[in-house]
Amino acid sequence: MKKIVVENLKYRYPSTEKLALDDISFTINQGEFIGIIGQNSAGKSTLCQALVGLVPHFYQGAYGGKVIVDGIEVKQSSISELSLKVGIVFQNPFTQVTGSKLTVYEEIAFGLENMGLTRIEMLERIDSVLDLFDITAVKNRNPFDLSGGQMQRMAIASIVAMKPDVIVLDEPTSQLDPQGSEEVFRAIGELSNQGMTVVMVEHKIEKIAEYSDRVLLLHEGKCVDFASPADIFSRDDLHEYGVVAPVYTRVCQALKQKNIDKKTYPATLSEAVEVLRGKIHD
Amino acid sequence: MIKVKDVSFSYQAGTEIIKDITLHFDQRSTAIIGQNGAGKTTFVKLLKGLLKPSSGDIIIGDSSVNETTPATLAKQIGLVFQNPNDQIFKRSVLEEVLFGPLNIGQNPELAKENALNALKMVGLENRLEVNPQDLSLSDKKLLCIASIIAMDTNIIILDEPTIAQDHLGKQKIKEIIQSLKEKQKLVMTIIHDMDFVAENFERTIVFQQGKAILDGSTREVFAESDILAAARVEPPSITQLGYWLGYKQVFLTEKELIETIKTDSKIAL
Ligand SMILES: Nc1ncnc2c1ncn2[C@@H]1O[C@H](COP(=O)(O)OP(=O)(O)OP(=O)(O)O)[C@@H](O)[C@H]1O
Ligand SMILES: Nc1ncnc2c1ncn2[C@@H]1O[C@H](COP(=O)(O)OP(=O)(O)OP(=O)(O)O)[C@@H](O)[C@H]1O
Ligand SMILES: [Mg+2]
Ligand SMILES: [Mg+2]
Repeated sequence: MKKIVVENLKYRYPSTEKLALDDISFTINQGEFIGIIGQNSAGKSTLCQALVGLVPHFYQGAYGGKVIVDGIEVKQSSISELSLKVGIVFQNPFTQVTGSKLTVYEEIAFGLENMGLTRIEMLERIDSVLDLFDITAVKNRNPFDLSGGQMQRMAIASIVAMKPDVIVLDEPTSQLDPQGSEEVFRAIGELSNQGMTVVMVEHKIEKIAEYSDRVLLLHEGKCVDFASPADIFSRDDLHEYGVVAPVYTRVCQALKQKNIDKKTYPATLSEAVEVLRGKIHD
Repeated sequence: MIKVKDVSFSYQAGTEIIKDITLHFDQRSTAIIGQNGAGKTTFVKLLKGLLKPSSGDIIIGDSSVNETTPATLAKQIGLVFQNPNDQIFKRSVLEEVLFGPLNIGQNPELAKENALNALKMVGLENRLEVNPQDLSLSDKKLLCIASIIAMDTNIIILDEPTIAQDHLGKQKIKEIIQSLKEKQKLVMTIIHDMDFVAENFERTIVFQQGKAILDGSTREVFAESDILAAARVEPPSITQLGYWLGYKQVFLTEKELIETIKTDSKIAL
């Protein structure tokens, strides 16, 4: 089932000259985990904003083409209607904090308050995300007294608690410790297995390769490619887009060892081990 | 260059965030890694004199931080904040980078020269008049790094410099760290990107719940997989690949592993 349809999307921020999004078209199916990669300024965050309607409803400017999320055309809808379907975790967790809540607990409750949930359901959801993202110990703390990583965990938790149909995450693990970052990918991967549609921007290329069903490569506002991780990371022109393949791919490329399909190179640790293991003396 | 002696610290009475840490820092480039909330940022704020230890002492050069004025300390030690919004406060990129050098008493010509050089290193030299608030997160972070480099202090601390950086941005930061090392400066960096740690730092210190639980050469530290796991850290990707291929040694770079496989392998290359 098509969950997100983007057709010839073009967008330019007010008082700028260059298109931030330049004629982008793609579709995403329900339950897919989509990774978005590209160099700084490629348009990744802008595309995220367009999927949740902040472009064009908050950021005005020149807009063309269509974004349809779960049958709703974003441009004809409103941010509040869309926010019931799609949630976004911003690139800088600081931007996400309401600033009006005194505790982490209230901060997470805030997003749930207007959803018409029963009190019990609400409390259950809060406890479950506090636990899932390992911030139960700081639930009574002021959000601004958290460490950077704790704040980022809170930002993710407050959106996941809303259980949107579609979740858009813009570099959600940039300040997380390595295991925390793995756990977030795993938790989000699990949600996608249960049917949530996931769009995640990340520079952590090894994790994107491992968890994404498909990867969208953006460059200067254009969609260069949208394919499986192995296909994307086996491209020999990746560096032209300011992106490098996972270290596992690079090692296999240096040793000229392809996957059994004889076309692509391994993109993940387990694929690389499988391809290389038999070829080394004990 | 820095001696930390039995330092403890709490934000609120009863909860110790830094627990009796003793560490000496020499010129080796040093990574500080560890779990979210372990106390890494708090620790470097203590070094910079932004927080005062509840007990213990920190000696920078010859004098105790407790007896040094913030002005004197500012000439010795620069800190790039984890969150750029906590650091940036001027209305243009150039003013932002000029502030530090002027504030510690560099003459205006030298300050300008240092500011422009630092901006060139991070690639913001053509955006002098831009309002920092209009920069992207990655450029804000680079701006903060430039502001500290321009002060030319002997000790430079970077709190998660690679946040939001793409490959090129990380490459720039790598070169900056190299050039600071060549100038005999102590570069201390808090960072969660283990691949970056493996390639760039001589020494690595692991923090866990307010303590430094592991300290050694980066290769030694990444050999301690059990302690790392307890501190919620994973070894670098390349180290993991080497491990799963059955090697006992700890690989820190792609090149090391590729060379080893080439000599060992049955692959005709
Ligand atoms: N609020 C804004 N006003 C004007 N231009 C903007 C705004 N936000 C982004 N841009 C511009 O739009 C283009 C795309 O930016 P965007 O933030 O989407 O890139 P990105 O791929 O998310 O980059 P990064 O990896 O640094 O987060 C860039 O040229 C950027 O300068
Ligand atoms: N202003 C504050 N008031 C009270 N507690 C604080 C304050 N700042 C930080 N803390 C707490 O102190 C502990 C250490 O925080 P610190 O920011 O030093 O961690 P960190 O190791 O830098 O973590 P991260 O990797 O997430 O940045 C955390 O539990 C945090 O919640
Ligand atoms: Mg972005
Ligand atoms: Mg920190």
